Amino acid sequence: MTTNIAIEERRLTIAEALREAIAEEMRRDESVFLIGEDVGVEGGFGGAFGVYLGLPEEFGHERIIDTPISEKVIAGAATGAALMGMRPIADMQYSDFLFECMDELVNQAAKMRYMSGGKLSVPMVMRAPVGATNRGAQHAQCPESYFIHVPGLKVVAVSDAYHAKGILKSAVRDNNPVLIFEHKLLYGSKGRSMAGGIELTTHVPQEEYLFPIGKAVVKRPGDHVTIVATHISLYRSLAAAEELAADGISCEVIDPITLNPLDKETLFASVRKTGRLVIAHEDTLTGGWGAEVAALVADECLFSLEAPIKRIATADVPLPFAPIMEQAVVPTTERIAATIRGLFR
Amino acid sequence: MDKFNDLSTEHLLALYRRMMLIRRFEERVYYLFLQGELPGTLHQCQGQEAVAVGVCDHLNYTDWITSTHRPHGHALAKGVSTESAMAELYGKVTGCCKGKGGSMHFGDPAVGMLPAIAIVGGGNSVVAGLGLAFKLRKTQQVAVCFFGEGATNEGAFHESINFAAVQKLPIVFVCENNLYGASTAYHAVSPVKDVADRAAAYNVPAQIVDGMDVLAVRAAAGDAIAAARAGQGPILLECKTYRFTGHSRSDARGYRTKTEEAEWLAKDPIPGLGNAMVAAGRISADNLTAVEDDVMRELDEAVEFARNSPDTTPEQALEDVLA
Ligand SMILES: Cc1ncc(C[n+]2csc(CCOP(=O)(O)OP(=O)(O)O)c2C)c(N)n1
Repeated sequence: MTTNIAIEERRLTIAEALREAIAEEMRRDESVFLIGEDVGVEGGFGGAFGVYLGLPEEFGHERIIDTPISEKVIAGAATGAALMGMRPIADMQYSDFLFECMDELVNQAAKMRYMSGGKLSVPMVMRAPVGATNRGAQHAQCPESYFIHVPGLKVVAVSDAYHAKGILKSAVRDNNPVLIFEHKLLYGSKGRSMAGGIELTTHVPQEEYLFPIGKAVVKRPGDHVTIVATHISLYRSLAAAEELAADGISCEVIDPITLNPLDKETLFASVRKTGRLVIAHEDTLTGGWGAEVAALVADECLFSLEAPIKRIATADVPLPFAPIMEQAVVPTTERIAATIRGLFR
Repeated sequence: MDKFNDLSTEHLLALYRRMMLIRRFEERVYYLFLQGELPGTLHQCQGQEAVAVGVCDHLNYTDWITSTHRPHGHALAKGVSTESAMAELYGKVTGCCKGKGGSMHFGDPAVGMLPAIAIVGGGNSVVAGLGLAFKLRKTQQVAVCFFGEGATNEGAFHESINFAAVQKLPIVFVCENNLYGASTAYHAVSPVKDVADRAAAYNVPAQIVDGMDVLAVRAAAGDAIAAARAGQGPILLECKTYRFTGHSRSDARGYRTKTEEAEWLAKDPIPGLGNAMVAAGRISADNLTAVEDDVMRELDEAVEFARNSPDTTPEQALEDVLA
């Protein structure tokens, strides 16, 4: 069947897309439930970023569970319930609070399958927002790399509504613990515009779809340099690519979406084509996930490289509060563009 | 003892002024925030002033406090300067944390306040180390840990109070029970009605205090701090209070009723003390107005100071990471 009629656009924010994904999965599978702080309170916030608004009305408080302020319980109960065959979606209000439940995630959720000799599995999802938004050092971190280091966890970073919805649905169905990191400036709410938030919507089809874990997407094809970037750094990279195009530098911009397991095929193919690699993330530089990507590419594609691999990351400091200082340490469009220009001197 | 615990009029007015300073500070910064002058977010403490002021009235600068994501009142009560607090909200180098902390991390070692810890329960564990250091060094210092009732569901609350009890550490745990942790009512997430009862599990003495009455707080805190100083170990005070505002700047407070809010507003600790003093003939209403005028002047100066202070520089962001 061919159609010439333009498909009607259904533009959603990431928050709306995540909400749809959760609702669809909860309708489909009775074993899916939601657990976290302030997620279902009547007259409350629907989670720290409003993702869950409306869900308690449909699913009730039995399946939308408000916990005490206890991240150990959120992660521990999700792990335990998953071990017993449930499919919990756990909510962390800010990813900075994941450190409160490192043991449950790293020692329990990640290792149960292996320790049981493959007899058990932990099909849980943990969602956590990242990113600097003028709130100081303890509400700003991008801790993805702590988790890509842990065998037994899958780590995802979503940056647009279409992929957020599709991969959250895949994560719920996955038989492993999956951490999904989202950036606060990308939810699409207007409140954070002062901190640089962008009003972001993408087309999300009405029909059900999944997007697989472990697959990257090329956001912008190009020939001279590959940029791999997540979250807000992805959008800043796209802006830099646009700017550089005017100077005749053609950038290929890749959104890895899954940080572990990484889609090496897409990445290596791109680097072999362009001969240059730039990695941009808001995580701090030392030991960030960019280091792992750089090592992989050096290992596999060294002889295709025509320039050193460059990482553009947040400086190795706790995030400062003052906007002037915050802007100075996070990757900006200017810094990305300047770094890439430097590869062509 | 009279109804003012035999405090001098001067002392009472100082308590009144300190509460008024916190109240008007919070109102001013909220206004500045809405004007777009202040970045980030705010967690405010209108309604809870009596707790910070009543407790800190007994503390020296050598005593230390820990605070939370809602630290403005604790900071001003402990003696962080109004100017440096205001400048911190503007992200200026003259701020109490040189612009690196912001609203959620107010603090100043010079007056005995750690940068406030915005991880719920974070202060509860760290305070154990403050108390331990004071004990090992055999100083007469006391550590006070301010936290919300919501924090008592974190493991840190339990692990720390247990350790403090077995080690007889000079710590006063001050719970500001304002009924809600963000949108979640305490009774919905705790089967124990009063936080004070939780202390019994660790054999720690505890007292429920009217947190809307600065004199009641001051009296209870005086005993607790004296006992801690004397080496008798930790005490928990549960101050029943209420935050008049939302949890943070964008909270429509749909999870609580207008009736409940009105009931607590009627217990406002500031007119509570002021009116009682006037009724008892200690002062005239004019005295109260004068105090308020003085506070407003102080705040005007603080805002001027903050606005005129130099901005931070990008280079400063890279300083202070390691000692
Ligand atoms: C470890 C951790 N979990 C969650 C949060 C998000 N959070 C910030 S304040 C708050 C409610 C705290 O309630 P309470 O301890 O009673 O203090 P109050 O806000 O009432 O002063 C929550 C859940 C946090 N900052 N830290």
